[in-house]
Amino acid sequence: MLEVRDISWQAPGGEQVLDRVSLHVKAGGFTAVTGPNGSGKSTLLKIIAGLERPAGGEILLEGEDISSLDVTARAQKGVCLAFQQPVRFKGFTVGRLLELAAGRTLSQEQACALLAQAGLCGREYLGRQADGSLSGGEMKRLEISTVLARKGRLLLFDEPEAGIDLWSFSGLVSVFKALKRQGGKSLLLVSHQERLLETADEILVLEKGRITEQGPPAKVLPRLSLSCPGCGRGEAVPL
Amino acid sequence: MNSITKKLLETVAGWKGKWEGACSLRENGACVEMRSTRFVEIAPKEGLPGLDIHILPGCAGETVAVPACITDGGIDDLVYNDFHIAAGARATIVAGCGIHTENGEPARHSGIHRFFLGPGAQVRYVEKHAGSGDEALRAISPETEIYLEESALLEMDTAQLGGVGRASRSTKAVLAAGARLFLVERLVTQGREQAKSAFTVRLDGAGAAAELASRAVARAYSRQSFSSRITGNAPCKGHSACDALVSERAQVDAAPSLCARHAEAALIHEAAIGRIAGEQILKLRTLGLSQAEAEQAIIEGFLS
Repeated sequence: MLEVRDISWQAPGGEQVLDRVSLHVKAGGFTAVTGPNGSGKSTLLKIIAGLERPAGGEILLEGEDISSLDVTARAQKGVCLAFQQPVRFKGFTVGRLLELAAGRTLSQEQACALLAQAGLCGREYLGRQADGSLSGGEMKRLEISTVLARKGRLLLFDEPEAGIDLWSFSGLVSVFKALKRQGGKSLLLVSHQERLLETADEILVLEKGRITEQGPPAKVLPRLSLSCPGCGRGEAVPL
Repeated sequence: MNSITKKLLETVAGWKGKWEGACSLRENGACVEMRSTRFVEIAPKEGLPGLDIHILPGCAGETVAVPACITDGGIDDLVYNDFHIAAGARATIVAGCGIHTENGEPARHSGIHRFFLGPGAQVRYVEKHAGSGDEALRAISPETEIYLEESALLEMDTAQLGGVGRASRSTKAVLAAGARLFLVERLVTQGREQAKSAFTVRLDGAGAAAELASRAVARAYSRQSFSSRITGNAPCKGHSACDALVSERAQVDAAPSLCARHAEAALIHEAAIGRIAGEQILKLRTLGLSQAEAEQAIIEGFLS
């Protein structure tokens, strides 16, 4: 489904953030990426979504080279990204943002169902502003809802657990389990949380811009705490 | 009523073929339709162009429409409309002006509206301005004066939707005890349009409260200036907020000021000017919108 070949990226200061990274996400598959802060995980997702341009390498979506396509074109081909830091919009209601994501008018029930999947319940949210009046956790769940609304083929999630409270975290794990169970979408998740990582089919460990471990959760997770301190060990949520 | 007038009325006054309540339509400087109702008396003003509108006791939410249209250049229209709202009466007043030019000559509309709200009266005032047509200068000079007696309430929603080359807007209000004023202004300028808007609010009575919000979008080479002055002469609350989005070579000046003349006057002002945040555009592009669609959606949301 997604083929990333030899992607490299340098920060404006010259630091090599990604160094010939390659990965493969099967159709309907679920791949997770973990690694220490600064290892290039978020950059990798931004490059796949078209927000950053790599210095080298190519990206194929179902066999089509999308490396030269811009953000909009990739989104229209079904690539969806949930930002790590949700963007706030002055003047946008929650309902309006969901409709823009869905590309159509949504009934209250449809919009509420999308919010509920990410742990936001209640119709009162639909009329609220998607700005500073929502908490960080509420914005995070709205961000996830916008990706769910897209009905894309490749869903990219950048640390969806960040800012999510303990009670909602279990719901978040359920979201990913359900997405995996439903099939039809390919998932690429960046996370530090073991409970999220273990829902994936495969885990990649990224360190200093290179993939250092790769395999199923049962193989990779037990070795993480020894080989990569900080990987798969979120601090905010008890495992 | 010609097709230009119909289109202008649809834009500035939400006209859908007829007026339900009391109304007065001004077209090219002359009154072409006027209707009073049981609770709303409309009469031509003596000695001046314009109207005296009396909203009588017992009026419970009737809509009064008093829009004006200019359908060609070479017209300089000046109108004085006074609204007298009886104690306890409630009404919605729809005004505004649409200007269309197509003979190359400039056109201007100056609407001076005064509102006198009795104790406990409640008014929602909706005023929109828009222009269309050739390259000739279309100008407006709306002046609004608001006098609120005890516990009166006025909600003013005013918008300049584009196509107006020059605008000089002035809004003044004086509030007695317990009176409340909520004012939202939305200004859009493009090309080489210029708009100036000044608010002056005096909070004279204990418990008076004013909330002023200005949302401005300035594009291309347009210029806008916003000023507000809230004076608190009693224990009162006043808040002024100006948010502006600027793109290309447009310019926006914002100058809010506060004057506390009483120790318990709680006054706040905020002003924020900037371009559309790049991260907002990027987020919307990841949802499949083009750059232009994303910018338009952000501006529409900002002005909503």
